Amino acid sequence: MTSSPNLIENPNVLHGLGNAMARRAALVNSHVESATPKLWLQNLSLKYRTTQGERMLALDSIDLQVRAGEFLCIVGPSGCGKSTLLYLIAGLHEPTSGAVLMDGKRVERTGTDRIMIFQEHGLFPWLTVGENVEFGMKMKGVEKKLRRERVREYLNLVHLGKFQKSYIHQLSGGMKQRVAIARALATEPDVLLMDEPFAALDAQTRDLLHDELERIWAETGRTIVFVTHNVREAVRLGDRVAVLTFRPGRLKREYAIDLPRPRHLEDAEVAGTARDILADLREEINKSLAAEYQQ
Amino acid sequence: MKPIARQVLFYGALLGLWSLICRLHVWPPYVLPAPWAIVQALLAGFQDHSFPIAIFASMRRMVIGYCISVVLGTFLGIALASNQFLEQTVSGLLVSLQSLPSICWLPLAVLWFGLSENAILFVIVMGSLLSVTISMETGRKQMPKIYSMAGRNLGARKWNLFYYVLLPASMPYIVTGLKQGWAFAWRSLFAGEMIYVTLGLGQQLNAGRDLNDMNLVIAVMVLIIAIGTTVDRLLFRTIERRLQMKWGLLSAT
Repeated sequence: MTSSPNLIENPNVLHGLGNAMARRAALVNSHVESATPKLWLQNLSLKYRTTQGERMLALDSIDLQVRAGEFLCIVGPSGCGKSTLLYLIAGLHEPTSGAVLMDGKRVERTGTDRIMIFQEHGLFPWLTVGENVEFGMKMKGVEKKLRRERVREYLNLVHLGKFQKSYIHQLSGGMKQRVAIARALATEPDVLLMDEPFAALDAQTRDLLHDELERIWAETGRTIVFVTHNVREAVRLGDRVAVLTFRPGRLKREYAIDLPRPRHLEDAEVAGTARDILADLREEINKSLAAEYQQ
Repeated sequence: MKPIARQVLFYGALLGLWSLICRLHVWPPYVLPAPWAIVQALLAGFQDHSFPIAIFASMRRMVIGYCISVVLGTFLGIALASNQFLEQTVSGLLVSLQSLPSICWLPLAVLWFGLSENAILFVIVMGSLLSVTISMETGRKQMPKIYSMAGRNLGARKWNLFYYVLLPASMPYIVTGLKQGWAFAWRSLFAGEMIYVTLGLGQQLNAGRDLNDMNLVIAVMVLIIAIGTTVDRLLFRTIERRLQMKWGLLSAT
């Protein structure tokens, strides 16, 4: 098994996760060698018209590359357009100028190679848990038998195997997000786009889901772009953290997070790094608050 | 058990009071007939087949008219929800038209179609089309955007998006509209039948009036109530309950 050198040199990697990380490294290495980034946001701008008819610049010349298998977190004050950035990558919105390249090819519309996980989970209440997970595969035309297998596989991955026949409203908030993750993974996307997926959850559930997401990411080798307003969450999860400015959203700075995994929200290093980034972000948060108070 | 016991008690008391008033001869029987006379009239109506024939004729009309409403209303509602021009123009017109009681369409229908089956069908359609259309439109518009985004994101496009996401997502509104449409169609049906005399329950009501047969009049009223309630309970309530259970709008019992 090929292994990523920086992980093996790192003595802090715990055994369970270490194995998974090594497996992931092998997965990632198979395509990371090619020079093209998994995602390349090229000079991306988005203007939109407000209800008053003004033209607002939401995102301004965002230039960002994401490596295959990378866990990128994007932080910024609320209203900076970080969610919009995900919608652009997903192909749900079109940029005013610039382009999103995936594996060097321009993204024109939605595709099951980039699946979004929404803050309000977006699960379909008229379908069972299993049918929700099956949905993307059905749209893709995956054969029925294979669909069944994968539903079981991915529900087991998020520890919800027993809830296949339940309806969405019967689940807790944390379980819903796990179903959303299983549903996204079941279409076998290269990239997971996560829009503040844990923001509405209580702290304990969120901690558990951080561990689970890290494990799933390690096991499946997916590329993840994770948007949050919680800097510590970004540092806890990300290989890299990108900070966006407030209105218009510009790329302010990027931080490589070289801390050993698995990490915890309470780790002193995580807290320390988060403090540095937060100091950087403070100015933008103040701007966003000032704008809010003016209204 | 308790609510059922209460209902039995309530209806029992109602019938008892009714019988008592009849026994006391407060009003003559041709003004207020006794409950058992109504039962006899009902039995007689079923025995000489006049009621089954009338029910069949009325229900046939109802089903045809209602189906036309649902099909037209569905297309209209979807068109209104997806086209801004139509929404800003036709929508308002439909809401104003709704203030016109469906029976007011009858003179126009008779002039257009003559004293025919089509005139009644027209009144039924006009009575229920608007509520089906409007609820279809609100269903499409009020549906949380996240469902269509999640659907598109998971690879659903065009027909698939409509059939597997937009339609089920607006189902709670659609069912409400269908139920309301049925109730309006039911009212319009008898309005039409009573003015234009033809085979049907409305004609039976008129016959009762013409023959001064109060037993027949009340028996037909009971029939109309019974059929209306049965359809509502068996068909629409069941669908609604199912939907509410799935969506978690109702605590599962």
